Amino acid sequence: MDIRFSPQELAFREDVRRFLAEDYPADIRLKMQRGMPLEREDHVRWQQLLATRGWAGVNWPPEYGGTGWTPVEKYIFSHECALANTPRIVPFGLGMVGPVIYTFGTDAQKQRFLPDILASRVWWCQGYSEPNSGSDLASLQLRAVRVGEHYIVNGTKTWTTMAQWADWIFCLVRTGGPELKPQAGISFLLIDMKTPGVRVSPIRLLDGTPEVNEVHFEEVRVPVENLVGEENRGWTCAKYLLTHERTGIAQVARSRVRMAELRRQAAATPAGSAGSLLQDPFFLRRVAELETELIALEYTELRTLANLSAGKSPGPASSILKIKGTEVAQALDELFVELAGLHALPCVPEQFGPAFEGEHVGPGSLAGAAGVYLNNRKASIYGGSNEIQRNIIVKEVLGL
Amino acid sequence: MDFDYSDEQQLLRESVARFVREEYSFAARKQLIASGQAFSPAHWSLFAELGWLAVPVPEACGGMGGSAVDNAIILEEFGRGLVLEPWIPTLVLGAGAIASLASEAQQESLLPRVIAGELHLALAHSETAARYDNAAICTRALPGNEGWQLDGNKCVVLNAPAAQLLLVSAREPSGGTGVFLVEPSTAGLSMRRYRNIDGSVAAELVLDGVKLPADARLGDAPDALPALSHLQDRAALLVCAEAVGAMAVLLQKTVDYTRTRRQFGVPIGSFQALQHRMADMFIEVEQARSILLMALLTADGGGDVPRAVSAAKSRIGRAARKVGQEAIQLHGGIGVTDDLDVGHYVKRLVVIEALFGNSDWHLRRFAETSDGA
Repeated sequence: MDIRFSPQELAFREDVRRFLAEDYPADIRLKMQRGMPLEREDHVRWQQLLATRGWAGVNWPPEYGGTGWTPVEKYIFSHECALANTPRIVPFGLGMVGPVIYTFGTDAQKQRFLPDILASRVWWCQGYSEPNSGSDLASLQLRAVRVGEHYIVNGTKTWTTMAQWADWIFCLVRTGGPELKPQAGISFLLIDMKTPGVRVSPIRLLDGTPEVNEVHFEEVRVPVENLVGEENRGWTCAKYLLTHERTGIAQVARSRVRMAELRRQAAATPAGSAGSLLQDPFFLRRVAELETELIALEYTELRTLANLSAGKSPGPASSILKIKGTEVAQALDELFVELAGLHALPCVPEQFGPAFEGEHVGPGSLAGAAGVYLNNRKASIYGGSNEIQRNIIVKEVLGL
Repeated sequence: MDFDYSDEQQLLRESVARFVREEYSFAARKQLIASGQAFSPAHWSLFAELGWLAVPVPEACGGMGGSAVDNAIILEEFGRGLVLEPWIPTLVLGAGAIASLASEAQQESLLPRVIAGELHLALAHSETAARYDNAAICTRALPGNEGWQLDGNKCVVLNAPAAQLLLVSAREPSGGTGVFLVEPSTAGLSMRRYRNIDGSVAAELVLDGVKLPADARLGDAPDALPALSHLQDRAALLVCAEAVGAMAVLLQKTVDYTRTRRQFGVPIGSFQALQHRMADMFIEVEQARSILLMALLTADGGGDVPRAVSAAKSRIGRAARKVGQEAIQLHGGIGVTDDLDVGHYVKRLVVIEALFGNSDWHLRRFAETSDGA
């Protein structure tokens, strides 16, 4: 049993750290530090920087421009980026439709779509959930009817993150009839967002930000060349993505960074005659308990990594990563709200705007704490809700 | 042994519930916020007409002197409706400070106007560095020839943007705390106004050489701190009642939603795992209601109010966190949208948690008091 990084892995880590220290743009770094929302251009610029370095296709096979990294190197990269507080890679292109296309697509599709995805020249969004199909995704109803050389698409997708910025959308659509099992009637279709009949309407979350959308399709004509894989075999693509490596899903490094920030701020928060909030034993206990949970999660992630490294399956403990990762992050959100005290109340969204010059209401860094807490309640709901994740444990691990 | 409301209390509950039903739909509430107003003058006039504004004010001061239970009835119904009107800032904190500290002349000149719905107040006591420690405030009041000079900062002053009169606490050279009447337009006072996450209004105050006449001081008690602490506890108790109302609604909405939301061919409310979680929400709501009743009866019966309030606020705070989070989670994605009222109930619970001492502060105070047995 030896979990130390090898000399090569340590050298790789140095490489990554140097890149982050030298090439992570200062203006984006500042926005991330201040909890300010990123613009489309910020995401694109960061990802194109990585692409130039050849580091965009972390999980892609080398023949498609991927990094060819080992599982440990992928872990190191994701970990170091999180420690440096870089923007999260927008997952829909590089992490989802790209892998689907290089796994199931035709040569023509690979040539047409992959380079732009790898270079972050084209922004993709994910058309999965529908108003009546959340956890029960297979029940989706977005219809695609074959007419000549086109599919005519009608229906609605929801929870489409950043659709307002997207150039293309990949959709699970229903091409099969009611005589088929639901999963057996689904196809994977690529749709240009500029196609007539596609309309995006924003959905505001509890913190006021319109980060998700409904996407409406009315008589949208999609060329059959945009079908990936066979008709009615689209569920296979969706299942493939679920098992595809989701490096960093536990968000351990990000939570570690936030935990350190929480401690630092609590130590600097006066709490009346008791000293600082960190000296309050009730608060300190909750911080300490969460820290031990995070340490346990870190090692669960490492155990998973070790299995992947050895070419084995990730192992049963890997099924807790999404559940525990989101619960720890949400518990951190709660502690930040508590830290803010009365200053959790004010809602002054312009404080986060790029042009804001004035004084913050309350401690600047904590101003958005309540908004973050409320917005992030979504984490236990999306990506396969934590209830579904528990079903997976029950069925596949416990065998019940 | 009787926990039932009297006929009068039932009538009061029904009339507040009717107001909420008829005037406070989620859409109406949204419109009120969108209009830019802190509250609806029409609603406040109605409260005055119906005599509700007199309920929190002691009889000796011209009010109805409602019991803690009476006052909680109103706040619980307000909690069910997410009522925005500044009940606690004006009537409980503002009028309460006047009733407990002011001279007779001051009470006579102010309280009738409050009860008539003509005067809005805000108590400016909290300061960032003091957190929830009432005694640790730093705003200073220096006596001079012409009266007083106030210097300092106040944070998250509820209803300050809508108040015609601010009541500002300050430390005097004697070491005691005084409360001072300050008009918002007074030179040296600046206000940074904003809305809170729940739609209520508040402001940060900066007092920079604010000069006040001698009679700006409420009464002449050497130290207002005991009275202010008592007011904080009263306010804490009432937001507990509000929270119980809000939680009861969240539970009901969650049950209703899971009954109608179908996935995998069945209502999700048929999944035993979710049913058990809703049963747990029910347990939390009932325990919250029980401990609220304990604290209300203690307040009315003359027992150890601080200990009872702290037991209630800390326990209800834990319940509110759980019920709020579960309500969102069981609603799935729509639970985190601004369009659905569920999230707005949760926002109000987040605000209540931070007001008048958070759960941990109260748990600590409870733990440090003996049960006197």
